[in-house]
Amino acid sequence: MEYFHSVTLDRDKCHGCTNCITHCPTEAIRVQNGKAKIIKERCIDCGECVRVCQSHAKVVAADSFSMLDDFEYNIAMPAPSFYGQFANEISIGQVLAAFRKIGFDHVFEVARGAEYVSAATRELLKSGKLKKPVINSACPAVLRLIRERFPDLLDNVLNIISPMEVAASLARDEAFEKTGISKDKIGVFFISPCPAKVTSVKAPLTLEKSNVSGVISAKKAYNRMRPIIENIEADDSLCISAYEGIFWASSGGESSGSGATETIAVDGIHNVITVLEEIEDGKMSTVEFVELSACLSGCNGGPLNVVNPFLSSSRISFQSKTKPRLKEIENLDVDKLKWQKIVEGRPVHPLDDDLEEAMRKMELMDKIYDRLPKLDCGSCGSPNCKSLAEDIVRGFARENDCIFLMKERLKRLAKELFKLNDSYQDEDEGEL
Amino acid sequence: MLKMIKKYLLSGEDFSLAGEASSNFKGVLKKLGIDPMVIRRVAIAMYEAEINTIVHGKGGECEAEIAGGKISLVFCDKGPGIENIDLAMQEGYSTATDEIRELGFGAGMGLPNIKRYTDDMQIETQPGKGTKLTLTINL
Repeated sequence: MEYFHSVTLDRDKCHGCTNCITHCPTEAIRVQNGKAKIIKERCIDCGECVRVCQSHAKVVAADSFSMLDDFEYNIAMPAPSFYGQFANEISIGQVLAAFRKIGFDHVFEVARGAEYVSAATRELLKSGKLKKPVINSACPAVLRLIRERFPDLLDNVLNIISPMEVAASLARDEAFEKTGISKDKIGVFFISPCPAKVTSVKAPLTLEKSNVSGVISAKKAYNRMRPIIENIEADDSLCISAYEGIFWASSGGESSGSGATETIAVDGIHNVITVLEEIEDGKMSTVEFVELSACLSGCNGGPLNVVNPFLSSSRISFQSKTKPRLKEIENLDVDKLKWQKIVEGRPVHPLDDDLEEAMRKMELMDKIYDRLPKLDCGSCGSPNCKSLAEDIVRGFARENDCIFLMKERLKRLAKELFKLNDSYQDEDEGEL
Repeated sequence: MLKMIKKYLLSGEDFSLAGEASSNFKGVLKKLGIDPMVIRRVAIAMYEAEINTIVHGKGGECEAEIAGGKISLVFCDKGPGIENIDLAMQEGYSTATDEIRELGFGAGMGLPNIKRYTDDMQIETQPGKGTKLTLTINL
């Protein structure tokens, strides 16, 4: 389990193009011998490559519906973004009721877990003991990014478990009370918009063991539900959460529920990286709460969702605006919602463990980079010229992998051959 | 003794470029495997000094050196110099114009912050001639 990843490659479908390597935010993919290769130590399972791969060669290893057979009683836990996959005419009560028709016994909204996380966030922020700016921890891809590229910012990260984990624990307890079925026979399945959530269940960073039994892709659940949804009768008793919980995972939702005065909501992994760089430089010192989500428009943009993220977000605001604004949480125990494990930094491997050796390699890397064309075309199989230079120094690539350098060298060689040929001919003619 | 020097040109005309040098050097330090907490201190001090060189010094250059168990950052500009260093070191004191404050700079925290995050700070300045700021952070 050292490096579990939910994003994997279907080698047969991969054409070895440059789409994934140039879009990967952590430069975790290389093309070698015509096929993509994911570098395990660097991948954060954000799913950017799943989105950009036109051959659909990037596969998310989520669980299948057959896993429901392992349990006596199964609960579906849809992420709020799942509601946005259906037209405005389809109510949340209808979507929730539909889960009972596609194999589940019951349904529990993750939005309810979000309400607990929000209440706990407000209480912790009010205590004034947190290091500013406070960075949210709900997006597992962002948490892995921070651990890998910004380990010095881990102290700023809010140490509250995710709404999914809170909801799973509440759902299981509630089902046990109601049915008396033993807790290990109750299956709790997260209906996920993204691969990072799969990873966070299979290899959790903040808990010893996840409360979630399995993760089913939103796409799979949508495909089962789509043909029947219009004829499903809504069960509004299932829809308990308020606006705050339902809108929580759309960009701006979590920060508006934080109660902080100056907040920013950042969506899209490349924007997230820019902002983390700025926090590192001390440029965000006035900001109290920073909401980061790897996908555009928050979880609406998850690569396992079906519709356009902006449409999904608009539908969710439409559906949630008739709900009460906020729900009071009774007997909130913040300590119970805190991380069980400290997340340790795992910085990307340095060029060498010995500083002087690393400096020598860096110098060599700069020299190689100077010779490269700086077009960042990706044809060599590395995402850009800088990373090719680094790969060469690390021993994973050669200068001749650059097609432009190769062309120059071939041209020079061809010229020399011509010269050589001419001089032979001269000699031949001389003999005649 | 092995040393590594990176030179950065800081253009005085474009505030939006402030932070490019510190960001680049931060990347270098991460690749070298320097302790993340040291990198954070370098990043903050370097960014503040970069802004000073651009805003007050009207541009200049920065030489960053890693050698002998420490990181040295030398910022040179040919700007107006610092008239009163004691005042400049006071938190909240700033000579920045309103225009610069509107851009979010000039809070008067530059030099005090730099001092806080570095192990040593030396200022050589001559009114009308320019300023040389030397920062040291031990590894």
